[in-house]
Amino acid sequence: MNESLFISIIIGISIASVPLIFAAIGELLVERSGVLNLGVEGMMIVGALLGFVVMSHTGNPYLAVLSAMLGGMAIASIFAFLTQFLLTNQVATGLALTLFGLGFAAFAGRGYTEETIQLITAVPIPYLSDIPYLGPLLFSFNPLVYLAFFMVYLVWWFLFKTKQGLILRAIGDNHDAAHAIGHNVVRYRVMAILFGGAMAGIGGAFLSLVQVPIWGEGMTAGRGWIALGLVVFASWQPFRIIFGAILFGGITILQIHAQGLNINVSAQYLSMLPYLATIIILVSLRMRLKNKTNRTVPNCLGRIFHSTT
Amino acid sequence: MSNRSLSSVLKLSILSAVLAFTSNVYADPVKAAFVYIGPTGDHGWTFAHDQGAKYVKEQMGDDVIITTVESVEENSDSERVITSLARKNDIIFTTSFGYMNPTIKVAKRYPDVKFEHATGYMLEDNVAVYSARFYEGRHVIGKIAGRMTETNVIGYIASFPIPEVIRGINSAYLAAKSVNPDIEIKIVWVYSWYDPGKEADAANALIAQGADILMQHTDSTAPMTVAEEKGIYAFGQASDMREWGKNAQLTGIIDDWGPYYLERVQAVADGTWTSTDVFHGVDSGMVKFAPMNNSMPFEVRNEASKAIIDLTMGAIHPFTGPINKQDGSPWLAEGETPPNYPDLLTMDFYVEGIEAKYPN
Repeated sequence: MNESLFISIIIGISIASVPLIFAAIGELLVERSGVLNLGVEGMMIVGALLGFVVMSHTGNPYLAVLSAMLGGMAIASIFAFLTQFLLTNQVATGLALTLFGLGFAAFAGRGYTEETIQLITAVPIPYLSDIPYLGPLLFSFNPLVYLAFFMVYLVWWFLFKTKQGLILRAIGDNHDAAHAIGHNVVRYRVMAILFGGAMAGIGGAFLSLVQVPIWGEGMTAGRGWIALGLVVFASWQPFRIIFGAILFGGITILQIHAQGLNINVSAQYLSMLPYLATIIILVSLRMRLKNKTNRTVPNCLGRIFHSTT
Repeated sequence: MSNRSLSSVLKLSILSAVLAFTSNVYADPVKAAFVYIGPTGDHGWTFAHDQGAKYVKEQMGDDVIITTVESVEENSDSERVITSLARKNDIIFTTSFGYMNPTIKVAKRYPDVKFEHATGYMLEDNVAVYSARFYEGRHVIGKIAGRMTETNVIGYIASFPIPEVIRGINSAYLAAKSVNPDIEIKIVWVYSWYDPGKEADAANALIAQGADILMQHTDSTAPMTVAEEKGIYAFGQASDMREWGKNAQLTGIIDDWGPYYLERVQAVADGTWTSTDVFHGVDSGMVKFAPMNNSMPFEVRNEASKAIIDLTMGAIHPFTGPINKQDGSPWLAEGETPPNYPDLLTMDFYVEGIEAKYPN
């Protein structure tokens, strides 16, 4: 295998994994706070649309990414209002959010299927990217790729190195106790849900701003669901999201390359692998839960918090 | 008092009788429905069918009521959609291969409704099938690709291994090989009709593996945008994709379903509809071409135009023997051309020379 093909595979994997990293790291924080938001796909597609629309009107990539974040947050705020203030069922509301997001984006994006934009391209870091081998491998990616890795670090730092992170995890584990000692459960959860929306929004926008310069209805094609699986795969540990996303995205890219190179693999079996791994991890988590050694699954995940005082 | 109310009842009944009578004189508009696999904004397969539906509306005006349902998956969902459409429509076009079994099933339950299934091969008294010889289009772009490539590698982004797609691959390969014996075709199956992200991944992978010309049998414009960005060539699929590949698009295969749809809907209105098996090509105008790119040398353009004329006249057939199957077993003898059924409509093998393994 020659060098440029190898680098192209690496870049391909990065492009396939980054939308998953964004969406999953956002959802991870949400689930750590004890909320299950199944609306990731809906928030992603709205981000993809808004990013594309703003890019096509202004040509400004910063504004486009920012709008995608705001779009994701706007949709997420519906979920936050319904589940945190009206105390609706989180699973049903999340599913509704996905359906709403897909339908809304398809409707609002009607006029944009005919357009194309300038892609946000990779920016090789000066000097560093000239290092042989390491340069193209480490320092020649799209700025959003670095941002994705940084967000993972940021979420890890927030969850495990700050007081607010500790409180958020406490709320996720036992919202009644956290409430009893005076923490505002609803406020923390709303903030987490909005953060999740912003991350899903960028993840979606990555598809329409970096991967392909088009907008198409349903272009997220199930990536929001993969991100949800990824959070479980990572067993709610931030850095494992990177590993999982590279595995999930990498399998897609490798099987495409294998086909072109006439390597005999079955695309179907390979595409099953990440999900199979997720199921195995789910089962093993469950076993550990039985032995009371599990410390990762937020105990209050998906439960409605209703303060009586 | 009672007299007056009696007379008003009489008047009402007369009025309603007159109304009923007049509505019988003026025929109801034909109700036609279309089931699409993707969104109408894909600028590919579904877009082309939707243009056909719009053409019918344009031509027939108030004489037709058109219902369209987009992004219907090829599972039990499609059966539900077709069933609910069958309750209210006179004719239903199901525009994807995977709708074949649901269409047949529903058609048996609604014998008075006419069904038209695209690209399939199962007929019933009330189910017609229609398809276009897109492989004729692939023959033309295959010739162009064979001449225009510098790396001698064509990248082919394929959706699902169904006869329609296999025909396209074989036809393009044979045509390219006929003008360039060193040609190699790399095929990537993305197992989706519409997933811009994955189609772009496939395009990038093929380019990295040496392809400098892309063909696609998926429905989004994503591969075209990748070709444009990487400065290589590609061909539009189902509709003119020039907008996404101003330099990249050499030409495109355009599906023109409008006249056929109009003819069939009109036949229902006239009561002359019968179950038919239509397989039109370049000759009838069902398969058309986008304008050719100016960057193509004169000789290449000339050769392509000649192929189009020959196809129109029926002077050539993209599958003319001798052709062997991939495993070396003979398929067509010298000068032989294949029948529509079963050879073309159920094609499930690569021709000799294609190195990729046939997907199972």
